[in-house]
Amino acid sequence: MNLLGKLSWSAVPFDQPIVMGASGGVVVAGGLILGWITFRGYWPYLWREWITSVDHKRIGVMYCLLALIMLLRGFSDAIMMRAQQAVAAGGAQGYLPPEHFDQIFSAHGTIMIFFMAMPFVIGLMNFVVPLQLGVRDMAFPTLNSVALGLTASGILLTNISLAVGEFAKTGWVAYPPLSELQFSPGVGVDYYLWSLQISGVGTLLTGINFVTTILKTRAPGMGLMRMPVFCWTALAANLLIVAAFPVLTATFAMLLLDRYLDFHFFSVAAQGNPMMYVNLFWVWGHPEVYILVLPAFGVFSEVVSTFSGKPLFGYRSMVAATMAICILSFLVWLHHFFTMGASADVNGFFGVMTMIIAVPTGVKVFNWLFTLYGGRIRFTVPILWSIGFMVTFVIGGMTGVLMAVPPADFQLHNSLFLVAHFHNVIIGGVVFGVMAGFNYWFPKAFGFRLDERWGRASFWCWLVGFYIAFMPLYVLGLMGMTRRMQHYDNLAWQPWLVAAAIGVVIILAGIVCQVIQLVVSIRDREQLRDLTGDPWNGRTLEWSTASPPPAWNFSVLPEVSAIDAYWSSKGGRTPNRAFQPIEVPTNSAVGFITAFFASVIGFALIWHIWWLALLGLFSVFATILIFAFRDVEEIEISAEQIARFERQARTEVA
Amino acid sequence: MGLDLSVVAAVLSGFNEGVLDPKGPIAASERLILFNSLGIMLAIVIPTILATLGAAFWFRASNGRARYRPNFAYSGRLELLVWSIPAMTVLLVGGVAWIGSHDLDPRKAIASEVRPITVQVVSLDWKWLFIYPELGIASVNQLTIPVGTPVSFELTSSGVMNSFFVPQLGSQIYTMAGMVTHLNVRADHAGTYRGLSAQYSGGGFSDMRFSVAAVSVEDFDKFVAAARRDGPVLDARTYAELAKPSTAVAPSTWRAVTPDLFNVILGAAIHPDDPSRHASHPSLQRAER
Repeated sequence: MNLLGKLSWSAVPFDQPIVMGASGGVVVAGGLILGWITFRGYWPYLWREWITSVDHKRIGVMYCLLALIMLLRGFSDAIMMRAQQAVAAGGAQGYLPPEHFDQIFSAHGTIMIFFMAMPFVIGLMNFVVPLQLGVRDMAFPTLNSVALGLTASGILLTNISLAVGEFAKTGWVAYPPLSELQFSPGVGVDYYLWSLQISGVGTLLTGINFVTTILKTRAPGMGLMRMPVFCWTALAANLLIVAAFPVLTATFAMLLLDRYLDFHFFSVAAQGNPMMYVNLFWVWGHPEVYILVLPAFGVFSEVVSTFSGKPLFGYRSMVAATMAICILSFLVWLHHFFTMGASADVNGFFGVMTMIIAVPTGVKVFNWLFTLYGGRIRFTVPILWSIGFMVTFVIGGMTGVLMAVPPADFQLHNSLFLVAHFHNVIIGGVVFGVMAGFNYWFPKAFGFRLDERWGRASFWCWLVGFYIAFMPLYVLGLMGMTRRMQHYDNLAWQPWLVAAAIGVVIILAGIVCQVIQLVVSIRDREQLRDLTGDPWNGRTLEWSTASPPPAWNFSVLPEVSAIDAYWSSKGGRTPNRAFQPIEVPTNSAVGFITAFFASVIGFALIWHIWWLALLGLFSVFATILIFAFRDVEEIEISAEQIARFERQARTEVA
Repeated sequence: MGLDLSVVAAVLSGFNEGVLDPKGPIAASERLILFNSLGIMLAIVIPTILATLGAAFWFRASNGRARYRPNFAYSGRLELLVWSIPAMTVLLVGGVAWIGSHDLDPRKAIASEVRPITVQVVSLDWKWLFIYPELGIASVNQLTIPVGTPVSFELTSSGVMNSFFVPQLGSQIYTMAGMVTHLNVRADHAGTYRGLSAQYSGGGFSDMRFSVAAVSVEDFDKFVAAARRDGPVLDARTYAELAKPSTAVAPSTWRAVTPDLFNVILGAAIHPDDPSRHASHPSLQRAER
């Protein structure tokens, strides 16, 4: 028996200069960063304040950081694809052979959905939701840290696949039979499956945590109908996570059984049914879209209301629309495979259901519009993203409804029109949303604002770049170009693909501006410092505490008597109550250790190193067992310490 | 038609090959549905975009003439409007969707005086096999059909999924091993049209295209006669050879095909070890339901 399973030196693609260059770059950059941390002696600080922290704010920030890093990775894939398709016309093969190109588009989709959009959205929710609810932490703080660890573990495995072995060449949906062992014998699909299984468990834990937190731990007086809309959208998104992610996990488990133990759930032979995979995948996949976009809707609601200086128009409608989307999103999945030969009744039903979901979405757009109406709009970076979103998203929504008409979908399915559509809603909706949220809540997290000038530059580059990159794809779809082509013979497509490539370069400029914005803001943090804790004249409770908030969030738990709880208390005098000692959860290395062993298990299973997988499994079990028998769960912050913090915060303001 | 559009460099010429340039009744109806739905929605989307930009501009903080209404957060009438506008739009487009999916059901036979011809399609790694069961001939990567005659496709796959798609004739449909899907189209104009796989199927996917020659009935008869004259025979052995993965396969024809080869391919997918079992199995009808 080979101790290393299938792993050998041949797993490293030494013959591929692009892959080796990229992974070499990552290793060198990673080494430099780790070396710098070691040299400056930051490890104890990082360990104490971040890695073992169970503070929802720290965890939220770490999620967002992961997402930003993965945005860079996923975006490099995008640039490579656009460059390839811009040149590989006629007889030309471009610079990427199929086996590499196929990995790139698979990795791009997987990374952008699971490791960029998801962590970013979850990160924002993590940071904001407990603050908006007026509570001190999540319901299960250590679980939160474990969930972050598992997400990071999935990310790590996906990135290891760059240098050791390969990634899936199946597209990010990994439909069987293509993803079965028969057609994909390599480790690529295994990397895909185990990365997503591990991070999927993390996501499910997050979902449970948020649903519990939102339903059970709100500040006194904050009834459900007084919750900020962002919390409502977070509730809806996490209910969807709890309902949908187990489906994905089960589906992937079946595919893993097919691949590892010769089961036949989805194989063609022996009565397997590949259609069932497609069906189940989208039972998760469509709600997933709303898991991403609902919190983004929440961000826009907060931002539009704050910068218009008005309460959100039609709060009840917004809540109703959010929950309607939450339920309806489970009734539309079949529109992802109208072209699979279902009957006209089935296709017609799901087409109409898909359109019905556009009603609450349309309501939201109109409500934002009426929130702007009669406002006194301050054009900061977050509101720019929001207005950019409103304009862009309705176009994406429209093309979505267009493809919900089955006969139209017969012509547009899997074409670049589809690619343009979902980038239109995911960039125009989710990415614009998280960027708005990032700029909006950054001062709360770090105590200083982000530079406006670079923020605006970034927004305009993204907006213009988006239109130049994706409008041509709509055209190409109508011209009959399908997705995932490594090369093509129709020269009439090339000018449009070149235009799309130019658009991506403009988006790249937007991303560069964002990086510069971050660097410049950190450099100028003293000028950008916000001492009030309320830089935007905010309306919800997160703005009522210091920036950055203390570990205990609120020195005195807020009493809520209206929607826009903080706004309604402004002008009034805060009752000067005596501080009570507060218990906060202790740090825990459980998240980190679990993530470490999860990565080990994943890697071992991918390479068939069975003893190591068993060892990892046992270690995770032992870790959780030890955690379960812990003696100290919380430490007490004394009333004097809190008083000192508050005094200091107040003197700084004065 | 001798016009080779791929050499026309003019940017817009590409539309002449896409879904906006239909050459048969199915694709034409689908284009009409596309335009109708788009029109209905643009009627609401354009005003919404303009209103958003207008409101954002007019109510900018620096505009002293705009009236600030800090407590304007509810209006029953507006709420009604806000829910009914999208609802009415969806009612319209939903009607289009429901009626359209019945009228243009891919398996629905096209009403015609002319007797349809049947073509059996098998997607292989990475090429297309077309079997004409009534004529006993077959071709690869080249589909020839008579103009004005409905074509009834029966489709399956030798392994992975693909999607059979001729944009100018309309309605792509998946091909799946062990299952049969159906598609009915007709070409009303002679010409050469692009066909492709619209479902990614692995390494050779990009070359998995074919050309569709829609020819007059006389020319079609000539094509059949020519195909029958020479070329190899497609039987279990030559099929096994053909089914091996290969890319960018040059078009060719077979003068004869083993009867029932399509059903053998279907059965072989489900029972790879026992090619004698086929067609009768219930799971074959799965895609039908």
